[in-house]
Amino acid sequence: MSKLNLDRDTIDTCRELAENIVRPIQRYIDMHSTISIERATLRLLGFYGAWEEEGGMPYPVANIIIDNVDRRRLSGGIAPLLASAKKRNGRLNQEKMAEKIIRGEIDLNAVDDLSFDQVVDTLQPWIQEAANTVDRNKRKREEMRQRMRTASRPFKYVIVATGNIHEDIKQAQSAARQGADVIAVIRSTAQSLLDYVPHGATTEGYGGTFATQENFRLMRAGLDDVSKELHRYIRLCNYSSGLCMPEIAVMGAFEGLDYLLNDAMYGILFRDINMKRTLVDQNFSRAIIARAGITIHTGEDNYLTTADAYQNHHQVLGSQFLNEQLAKNAGLRDEQIGLGHAFEMDPSIEDSILYEISMAQLVREIFPRCPVKYMPPTRHMTGDIFFGQALDTIFNLVGALTDQSLQLLGMPTEASHNPHMQDRFWSLKNANYIFNAANSLSDEIQFNSNGKIMRRARSVLDTTQKYLSKIREVGLFDSIEQGLFANMPRAKDGGKGYDGVFEKSRRYYNPFSDKGKDR
Amino acid sequence: MNPFNQINQTGQARLIKPYGDRTGDGQVQTSFTLPMPASEEARVAAQMVAERMGLQNVSVNHMEAIDPNFTFFVVYGSVSFEINISEIVVPKLDYPLYDFDQINNLLQKTVGRKIVVIGACIGSDAHTVGIDAIFNMKGYLGDYGLEAYSAFQAMNLRAQVDTKDLAKKVAELKANVVLVSRVVTQRDEHITELKKFLVDLSQTEGVPSNLIKICGGPRINHTIASEIGYDAGFGPGTKPGQVASYIADVVLKQSSASGSNT
Repeated sequence: MSKLNLDRDTIDTCRELAENIVRPIQRYIDMHSTISIERATLRLLGFYGAWEEEGGMPYPVANIIIDNVDRRRLSGGIAPLLASAKKRNGRLNQEKMAEKIIRGEIDLNAVDDLSFDQVVDTLQPWIQEAANTVDRNKRKREEMRQRMRTASRPFKYVIVATGNIHEDIKQAQSAARQGADVIAVIRSTAQSLLDYVPHGATTEGYGGTFATQENFRLMRAGLDDVSKELHRYIRLCNYSSGLCMPEIAVMGAFEGLDYLLNDAMYGILFRDINMKRTLVDQNFSRAIIARAGITIHTGEDNYLTTADAYQNHHQVLGSQFLNEQLAKNAGLRDEQIGLGHAFEMDPSIEDSILYEISMAQLVREIFPRCPVKYMPPTRHMTGDIFFGQALDTIFNLVGALTDQSLQLLGMPTEASHNPHMQDRFWSLKNANYIFNAANSLSDEIQFNSNGKIMRRARSVLDTTQKYLSKIREVGLFDSIEQGLFANMPRAKDGGKGYDGVFEKSRRYYNPFSDKGKDR
Repeated sequence: MNPFNQINQTGQARLIKPYGDRTGDGQVQTSFTLPMPASEEARVAAQMVAERMGLQNVSVNHMEAIDPNFTFFVVYGSVSFEINISEIVVPKLDYPLYDFDQINNLLQKTVGRKIVVIGACIGSDAHTVGIDAIFNMKGYLGDYGLEAYSAFQAMNLRAQVDTKDLAKKVAELKANVVLVSRVVTQRDEHITELKKFLVDLSQTEGVPSNLIKICGGPRINHTIASEIGYDAGFGPGTKPGQVASYIADVVLKQSSASGSNT
C-alpha cells in the first residue's frame, strides 16, 4: 500500500501535536453554545417553519424565537425553556406552539425552571421524533447505496449553480446520465454570511442556489429518480458552513444528503466569520452529521488559492491533521471525514506534475481510510479553456494514479463563469476517458526511492511537524490571528457572528449534544 | 499584394479578418449546446444557428448527444466582413514604466514621505488572488508587490471589505491611493460594487481630494474603469511594477502641480 515509505513516527507525532493543539479548543467549545446551535436544536425539535416578515421574505421561526429569548435565559439552552412551555401547554404541536410564542402568548423569558428530568421527560416525544427521522434517513440512504450499482472510483463530482433549483435539477440529472456520481449544489454567493436559512423553493440566486430545506428535498427527489433510471446511486452534496453551519447540518440530516462541506476553519479564514463562533458551531454540526451517517468534506484545498501550493503545502497537511482531530472529537468516523486536497501548483514550475503526484499520494497515505476530496485547478485557470482542459486532464490522471476516492471535476471554463451544459460534458467526457483508460495505473506504479516524488513528500511531512509544533506553542486561536493558516490573519474577537456565542450556564441542556446525553 | 491585409494608399485603413490556415480565410470555430436530441434535424438546427451568426461555408464538424435532451456541436465557418483596425481607439493608461529602485528613489526624493496605498477586495467577494498578487511582498511573476517598496506604506485589507468601511479607512489614514479588486462578476455585480464604492467615497468626510482611485480584476480594463469613474483600471496579468509605476507617475505629477505652493 505505502509507496512513499513515510516515517510512521513523524506521522504519529503530527497526530499527537494536533491532539494537543485541539485540547484547549475543545474545552472552550464544550463550555459554549451559539444562537445557531440553539436554532438548530429548535429545528430538530420540529420548529422548522418560517413566517413572512414585513418585506415579504420568509424568516425562520427558529430565528424569530431565538432572537426574542433573553441571552441570560438562553445560556441554559433553548430546550429547557421549550420544555417548560410544553409542559404548561401540553397538547400544542410545534406549529401551534411556535405561533403562540411568536405572538407573545407564550413568553419563553418567563417560563418556570424545570428539573433536568422534567425537561427530558417533557421533550421526549419530540426528541424521539427527531432521532427517528435522522436514523430512518440514514438507513434509507445506506440501503440505497448498497442496493444500487456502486460507481467505480474515483467518484466523479460536479457542481450545479444556476440559482434556480428547477434548472439545477435538470442539469444534475443530465450530468448523472453522463457519468457524474456526486452532485453539489453551489450556494448563492455569500449565503454563508446570512445569520438565518432562507425558506422554500428558490429560483433566484447569485452564483449559486440558496440552500433551503425545500431545495434539498427537491434535488434529493430529482437525484433519486435518476438513480433509479440508471441503477446507480447518485450522491448529493451541499454546504454546512458559514453562520448557519448547525442548522444546515440538521437540514441535511432531515433530507438525506450524502455529503456536507464542513470545515473547522474555512469560515474563519475565507468568510471572516469569528473563529470562536465557527469552532463551536462546527462541533455541534459535526455531531449531527455523525449521527446522520453523512460524510463531511473539509476545505483545505482553499488554502492554496491564497497561499502558494509549492511553498505552503505544510499548511494544508497541518490543517488536515487538525480537521481530523476536531472531527473525531465530534464523533465522526474516519470513513466520514473527507479531507480536502487540491491540484493548485503553478504549472510553469518544472516537474510540477511530479510534486502534485507526491502531494496527492501523501494525503492518501497519511489518511488511508478518509475519503479525500481531490479538488481541481482553479488558481491557474485563465479563461484559456483549451489549456484549462489540458490541466484538468493531468489532474484526472494524477487522481487515477494516486487512487483518489472522490474527484471534483475541473471545468475548462473555471474562472470565467458558472459551468455551462457543455462544460460539464467536456469535463465528464475527459474524466470518463482517463478513469477508464488508467483504471489500474495506481497498481502498476512504484516511485524511485530517492526520487523527487518521495523526497518532496518526506520534506513536506517534516515541515508539517515543525509547523504543528509552532502552532502548539502559540495556540490555535493566536496562530490564526497571526496568519499561520492560508496567510490569512483573523482577529480572535473580530469577524462576523461573535455576538452569537455565549457561555453555557451550569444548567445548560441540549438533548442533541453528547454532553447532554451523559447526564 | 493580398487584398485582405492591406494598407491603403493614404496609409489609413488596415482591414483584417480572422486567420485560420491562410491570410483572409476568415475561419472561426465555435461550440454550443442545443436543447434537442442529437439527430439530423439537430445538425441542421446547428447549421442554422451558425448561419444566423453570420458565418459562411458552415461546417458542423462534431455533433454529440450530451443526454437525451441536449446535443453538443463544434462548428466551423468563415466570416465575410473585415475589421478596420486603424479606426480602433482604446483609452490607455499612459505612464512610464519605472523599475523598483527608480520608484523608491524618485518618490523619496520628490515627496519625501511614504505614499499610503490601501487595497481591498470589496463586497462579498472573497477572491483575493488579484489584490494579493499586487500587494504581497513576494509579488507576482517575479515582480515585487507594493508591500516591498520602501516608498509605499501598503495595506492590503484583503477579502470582503464593505465599501463604506473601506471609504472610512481611506479617510482615516488619509490614503493617497486606493486599489479595489473584484473577481466575482455574476450579473455585473463587480460594476455595481465598484460604483457603490465611489458613491461611498463621495459621502465620506475626510477623503483626500486628490485620492488616486484604481480598480482591478479579471474582467476589468482601463476603458471600463474610466467609464465608471476610476482613474485607472488594470486587467488580468498586471504586474505589481506596472501599478507601482502608474502610482509613482501620478504622484509625481500631483506634487509638481502643487509643488510651488507647498
